[in-house]
Amino acid sequence: MPKKVTSPNDSPLVPMPSEAYIPQRDLDKTPILECRHLGIDFGGLTAVDDFNLILGRTEIAGLIGPNGAGKTTVFNLLTKVYEPTRGTILLDGRDTHSMNTVQINKAGIARTFQNIRLFNNLSVEDNVKLGMHNSIRYGMFSGILRLPAYWSQEKTAHSRALELLSLFDMQDMAAAKAGSLPYGAQRRLEIVRALATNPSLLLLDEPAAGMNPSETTELMENIVKIRDTFNIAVLLIEHDMSLVMGICEGICVLNFGKVIAKGTPAEIQSNPTVIEAYLGKKKEA
Amino acid sequence: MNKLKTMDRQVRGNYLTYLFVIAAFVILQLLTANPAFSPTLRGQLVPICAYVVMALSLNLTVGILGELSLGHAGFMSVGAFSGAVAAAALQSAVPSPGLRLAIALVIGAVMAGIVGTIISVPVLRLNGDYLAIVTLAFGQIIKSLIENLYVGVDGAGLHFSFLKPNVTLAEGGRMILNGPMGIPNVTKISTFLAGFLLILVTLFIIFNLVRSRAGRAIMALRDNRIAAESVGVNVTKYKMMAFVTSAALAGAAGALFALGQNTIVAVKFDFNTSILILVFVVLGGLGNMFGSIIAAAALTILPEALRGFADYRMLIYAIVLILVMLGTNSPQLKALLQKLLPGRNREEV
Repeated sequence: MPKKVTSPNDSPLVPMPSEAYIPQRDLDKTPILECRHLGIDFGGLTAVDDFNLILGRTEIAGLIGPNGAGKTTVFNLLTKVYEPTRGTILLDGRDTHSMNTVQINKAGIARTFQNIRLFNNLSVEDNVKLGMHNSIRYGMFSGILRLPAYWSQEKTAHSRALELLSLFDMQDMAAAKAGSLPYGAQRRLEIVRALATNPSLLLLDEPAAGMNPSETTELMENIVKIRDTFNIAVLLIEHDMSLVMGICEGICVLNFGKVIAKGTPAEIQSNPTVIEAYLGKKKEA
Repeated sequence: MNKLKTMDRQVRGNYLTYLFVIAAFVILQLLTANPAFSPTLRGQLVPICAYVVMALSLNLTVGILGELSLGHAGFMSVGAFSGAVAAAALQSAVPSPGLRLAIALVIGAVMAGIVGTIISVPVLRLNGDYLAIVTLAFGQIIKSLIENLYVGVDGAGLHFSFLKPNVTLAEGGRMILNGPMGIPNVTKISTFLAGFLLILVTLFIIFNLVRSRAGRAIMALRDNRIAAESVGVNVTKYKMMAFVTSAALAGAAGALFALGQNTIVAVKFDFNTSILILVFVVLGGLGNMFGSIIAAAALTILPEALRGFADYRMLIYAIVLILVMLGTNSPQLKALLQKLLPGRNREEV
């Protein structure tokens, strides 16, 4: 029997994630997002561990789990607000290893925040124009000296901003200060601002938080409309199960930083592990 | 007139500010034509312009970028000394005082911009209070460096020496900057007209910057850094842009100020001056350029106007300052001012 050759680079073999739940229409294209064994430790605490996910190019997927399960941490890892301790993120087949938050956005991920983060002192229109920051291309001096590039590009940006705002019927609020908008409108503005960056993947962190049932229904229709108009993938964190079960094609359930179930809404609803994570264990009779 | 009404409130505020500055200039020009006009006030016109530009430029850092800077007088100092040295060295080469002043202002702005760029590298890694303390330290460093710098000029050009006054000059050469003694015999070439033009240029740069792609990015950093990054705004680049622009404008103001004085010394631009300019900005309102102009002009004249109180002058000055701060913070007065003045709000630049 030949002797095994060892090297300092030896490490045990790890099975690659294979279970892919992506819509059939996306199967023949590169997945927009692929996470492999993603994990992060804060000091000694493992917040997320062995997170695997594959997202189709036009999929609407849900990330659910009890409070503190690590859902927002996953978003922060995907957008490089946190640097992952372990694992790989492939965006459209590209490794995002060396990218920072700004580069991630340029590469195609846009997000909203659980606690709304708007530019409160700026107008609604300027908030949307900031989403277009990297598609407006004139320099500081053209801006100060008001060269033709300034006028033509600001004009395009203005009409594009109004067009995006009209998705949510917000074009009349364009001149209002973002901080003065009602709560629901602020949430919608955050989505418009994210869309303005021209993403291929939209991350929504609790988009329905604080909304009443009729607003939630409208939001669901809007999310589907966004997917159909822009042909992008949407990954959302949400506690409102009517929204998640209503529009998500694939669902991933996190608990204590680990994926405990993946599947279609019907599979997740009847999954005993998921029910246990949410409601606790049935008492032995 | 109709067009003025339908205009964006922000844009209208900007135009009214330009208009106010031009009107103030014209009125003061007419008043100073009268020989009976107070000579002390006449002498204050150039410093007022310089301090207005200082307040405007600091407002860019504090009000628009949202970072507290406590070393703004340092940039003024760099501009003052480089501008004054340039003007002195060019005395024979450029006989026209107007052109020489323009060159001195540009050199002051460029030098302060360069120093601002160097300083911004370590400073902009920090946020909030830490950034403020570091800018304070840099202000002191600049002061100490200039206090130990000796510059002379002769036929061969400028000669520099650091720490020791051993500048060897050829026949006909003369010392310009004498370390802690500063520049003892400045040729006064700054005029009120030049100061007025510098204010207009400063307003033009700040207003247009704020209402462009770069300005939006700078204000986005102020309002929410994390959100700004999430939409692809490069934090360091835009922080630096605001900081360096602010430093360069302060440099031009410094050159204007220095060339309107008989002598300038580095001690003039110490921590107290930085705080004084910060007082103008806070009093005028963060991000409010019109307020900065009024506050800087009023607080520069005030000590002169209070000369009648003799020894109690600075006491009265301090009391007036406290009363004004209390007054401008009262909600009733704020509401009243909002109706009367253009662009009273932080946002309405």
